[in-house]
Amino acid sequence: MRRQKKNAFWIALAAPGIIWLVLLFIVPFYAVLAIAMGKLDQLFESPVAVWNPFAWSSENVIDVSRDLVGSAAFAGPIVVRTVVYVAIASLLCLLIGYPAAYFVARFSGRRKGLFLILLIAPFWISYMMRMLAWISLLQTNGIANKALSWFGIAPVNWLGGHAATVILGLVYGYIPYLILVLYAGLDRIDPALIEAGRDLGLGRARTFVRITLPLSKQPILTALLITVLPMIGDYYTNQLLSGAASTSMIGNLIQGQLGTPGLEGQGAVLSLLLLLVLLIPMIYYVIATNRSSKAAA
Amino acid sequence: MTAPSVSEQTPPQQTQPEARTQSRWNPRNPWRHPWFLEGFTWLYLIWSLVPIAIAVLFSFNKGKSQSVWQGFSWRWYFKDPVNSVLHNPQLHAAVIQTVRLSVLTTVIAVPLGVAFALGINRWRGPIPSTFNFLMILSFVIPELIFGVAMFFVFTELFTSVHLGTTAEVLALVTWNVSWPAIIVQARLVGLGRHYEEAAADLGANRLTAMRRVMLPLLAPAIFASAVLVFSGVIDDFVIVDLLSSNSGNTPMSVIIYSTQHGGNGGPALNALGTIMLVMSFIIAIIGYIGYRFMTRGERGSRIDALTTIAGGEG
Repeated sequence: MRRQKKNAFWIALAAPGIIWLVLLFIVPFYAVLAIAMGKLDQLFESPVAVWNPFAWSSENVIDVSRDLVGSAAFAGPIVVRTVVYVAIASLLCLLIGYPAAYFVARFSGRRKGLFLILLIAPFWISYMMRMLAWISLLQTNGIANKALSWFGIAPVNWLGGHAATVILGLVYGYIPYLILVLYAGLDRIDPALIEAGRDLGLGRARTFVRITLPLSKQPILTALLITVLPMIGDYYTNQLLSGAASTSMIGNLIQGQLGTPGLEGQGAVLSLLLLLVLLIPMIYYVIATNRSSKAAA
Repeated sequence: MTAPSVSEQTPPQQTQPEARTQSRWNPRNPWRHPWFLEGFTWLYLIWSLVPIAIAVLFSFNKGKSQSVWQGFSWRWYFKDPVNSVLHNPQLHAAVIQTVRLSVLTTVIAVPLGVAFALGINRWRGPIPSTFNFLMILSFVIPELIFGVAMFFVFTELFTSVHLGTTAEVLALVTWNVSWPAIIVQARLVGLGRHYEEAAADLGANRLTAMRRVMLPLLAPAIFASAVLVFSGVIDDFVIVDLLSSNSGNTPMSVIIYSTQHGGNGGPALNALGTIMLVMSFIIAIIGYIGYRFMTRGERGSRIDALTTIAGGEG
């Protein structure tokens, strides 16, 4: 009895948040499902949501599966391209971000505050502003081409649909998040362990491989997840830095379908499929976060 | 974004006395300074910050060029009677909309998230852990997938909420409520239950203990999460892009995107971006100073305050 009364207070506190999550997080995903399994109003080319699971139609799912596999599949290559771009971009993020985060966490000494401010600064600068910066640098008559012309290299139309430009944009856009998470993880490694490795006669490289790297496995995984997940849903970097169909990614496909009459239902199916694929890494992230916050307490 | 907002450790000592006797350059000195790593870090920082500095610089350019400097001017901010941020109605409205969305979202999301964190943390059972799981899930779900769900729920189910400011605020609150919920919970775990029990022993009922003891102790975490929500909304793009319906409810990020994408980019957009940047930096500085002030009696350092305000250890 007393236990119940005790709980009532906490339930009352949590209730508004729970109701909010039900109405604006769970219900919306049911709405996507109802659209995905719904029909198409042929006259108005608008989607018709089917709320009753027993009346669900597989129209949209069949359409999407035809797009993904088979002879007329135009979406298949887009999916492959997304995976390739995201893999290259996140790997580059890690290769650039790890040394920087490692240096600031371990060797920056008294200048740590300064380095951290500089590392964190991009986090506070709007993503669009950062893309804008590269657009002006990469214009045909922009600074990048001017610099190249000193070396006698002809101007390149960087913004005309180059995979390299899109990948550069993704790396530039998401690396601050990776560095921040990596820094927080690497900073927690006890320096005594690394010193012990040195004292026992390991060289710099071997200390790193045998001690630091294994200890940074968890931060690397979470940092990669925090960059890969939003990268997969990115459509704006691509649109701004290329805009060409030859570089479009899954995000562009979904966003395009939302704005096209008659294709909204397929957009719903695709975004649910994407959610399904990403659910495993997402759940992994949640569990890892829970574990490390329990360990810290 | 993993551990409690205030780390209890003092920063590790980096100086090794015996290293001073050996040269910092001697390759056989195991404690020598990693010059290569430091150089690499500086190169990264230059690559990451110089493009933005150039973009800010060219927002003050007298002419239209984004690569040739033609002299300093405030033309693109307020001097130009047609194309400046002040006089172009679209750009002007975008600044106001961004501020409006940030204020409304912060005012709703922070109390909602704090109450959620307190309730979920103390209420035991499968229901609270399920919803806590859901809350963290909403933190990592790709924004496009979330945005698609929001788009459909407001166009097909809650149709009385038309696309526009109301829909934007509702979606932004849902997207950002996880900041206070996660950060306050981390702080609660760090605090333990002693303070509450002491208050109860001294005769405080639960509401009084909450108001007089817990809320002051949680104030730094609540403040940090408010800063993160506010700046998160300034920077948000996907949700507002999918849910805005006309230029009256389109914030700065979307205007920059759609104008640039439509081929009408120019220094006025750089000016708009610079205004966003200044807004975010002001919030960051207020956040840093405020957080330092609130945690002045604690063992946390400057560094902790910096990473907390950036959401690094939320």
